Amino acid sequence: MKTFLEEVNEKINGVPIQRCYHCRKCTAGCPMAFAMEHNPNRVVKMIQMEKREEVLASGTIWLCVSCETCITRCPNEVDIARMMDVLRQMAIETGVGAKEKNILKFHEAFLANIRMGGRINEPTMMVHYKLKSGDLFSDMAMGIDMFRKGKLSLISPRTRDMKSVRRIFEKTRQS
Amino acid sequence: MKVSYYPGCSLHGTAKEYDQSVRSVSHALGIELEEIEDWSCCGATSAHSTNFKLSIALPARNLIAAEKKAQDVMIPCAACFNRFKTAEHHLSQDPELKAEIEEIVGGRYQGSAAIRNPIDIIVRDIGLEALAAKVVKRLAGLKPVSYYGCLLLRPPDVCRFDDAENPVLLDRILAVLGAEVRPWSFKTDCCGGSLTISKTEIVVRMVDKLMEMAREAGANCLVTACPVCMANLDMRSSKDAGLPVFYFTELAALAMGQEGPEGWFRLHRTDPRPLLKGLQLL
Repeated sequence: MKTFLEEVNEKINGVPIQRCYHCRKCTAGCPMAFAMEHNPNRVVKMIQMEKREEVLASGTIWLCVSCETCITRCPNEVDIARMMDVLRQMAIETGVGAKEKNILKFHEAFLANIRMGGRINEPTMMVHYKLKSGDLFSDMAMGIDMFRKGKLSLISPRTRDMKSVRRIFEKTRQS
Repeated sequence: MKVSYYPGCSLHGTAKEYDQSVRSVSHALGIELEEIEDWSCCGATSAHSTNFKLSIALPARNLIAAEKKAQDVMIPCAACFNRFKTAEHHLSQDPELKAEIEEIVGGRYQGSAAIRNPIDIIVRDIGLEALAAKVVKRLAGLKPVSYYGCLLLRPPDVCRFDDAENPVLLDRILAVLGAEVRPWSFKTDCCGGSLTISKTEIVVRMVDKLMEMAREAGANCLVTACPVCMANLDMRSSKDAGLPVFYFTELAALAMGQEGPEGWFRLHRTDPRPLLKGLQLL
C-alpha cells in the first residue's frame, strides 16, 4: 500500500514535494492564505505526516485559485499549485467530496455546459450552477444589467462537431 | 501578418468588447485573423481543478485544429492562453501523455503552432514604432496602472511571456498610446479568478485592495488583458467609486481614432465615459 506522500508525488509526476524546506515563500505570496485553514506549506507537511483525511477534507485545497505564485517563487521548484489540483482530484475520486461545496458545484456546472455545447454559454451555465447550489438570488441585478446590454445571450454559437467533444469527456472520465 | 484566432467563450459573451476591439486593432495594424475552425472551450479552471487529462485534451483539440494552418495562434484571453500554454508544455515534455491525448482527441499533435497573446504580437512583431505611427489622439491625462494578473505570466517557464514579477510589455504599449502610466507593485497580484461566483466575498476583498492600491499609485483607471480580471475588477468592487477598467485594445482603438470605443465603454459596469469626457478623449 502506497503512502499518501508517494501517491501525491506519483500524480504530480514532477519534483517530489519533500524537497520543500519550509521557507514559506509560497504561503507569504499566496493571495488566498488569509482564507485558508492550512497554509500551503503546511499542506506539504501534512501530506508527509500521512494526514490523508484531514488534507482531502479541508477547504484549503478548494480555495487555491491556481494563480501559480507559489511555483513561480519556490526556490526548490515544488509545484504547490499542481499539488492542489492533484489533491482536489483525489478528494473527488475517493468520494471525500469538497468541503467548499459550491466551488466544486461551479466546476461541475461549467464542465457540464462544455459537454452540452462545446463552448460555454454563460447564462445557461449560471442557471445550472444556481439550481445546483441553491444560491438563486445573488448577482440578479448584475445579470439583468448584462442581459440588457446584450452581453448574455441564450443562443451563442456552439461547436458543430460535438461528437469529438463528447468523446473527449468519455475517454477522460475518471473511474 | 496572418494568424489563427482563438477567441474563447468569454469573448463571444461577457467580454465581447474585448473581441471587437482586438479585431478592430488587429485590422488597423495589418494582422489578419483567421478563426480556428469549429473551436471548443479550453476547459479553463474547472477542467484542471478536477480532471488533469480533460484539461490537456480540450486545448489539444483546438491546437490540432490550428496546426492545419502554418501560422501562429493568437489568444487574447489570458485564461485560455494559459491553458493552451500548459497543454503545450505537458505534451512536449511527456511522450506517453501525448500519445494518450492524441488517441483521445483523434489527431496528431506536432507542436508547430506558436501560442501567442496580442500584447506579445503587437510589441514583438508589429513593433511599438508602427503602433505609434497609428496614434492620432494621444491619451493625455489618462493615468492607468497595468494589471497583468496571473495567467499571462505564471508559471514563467510555461508562459514565457514577460518578466513574471515586474512585467513591462503592457506598460510600454500604454505609454506609446500617450497614457501617463503609473508605477505600482500590484501588476501581478491575483483578482480571485473563478471564485467570483462561488466565493464572492473573498473576491470582493481582493478587488477592493487592488482598487485601493491603484488609487494610492495615483491612477485614474486600470488596464487589463484578461476577461476574468475585467469581470472581477469592473463588477466586484464594494465601493461605489471603483475606478474604470479597460481592455488595452479598447484604449488602442481610441488612440487610433477608430469607430467603436464609445459603444464598448457602454457595456462596462463602471462607466468609463465620464472620465474620458472629462479628459476630452471622447
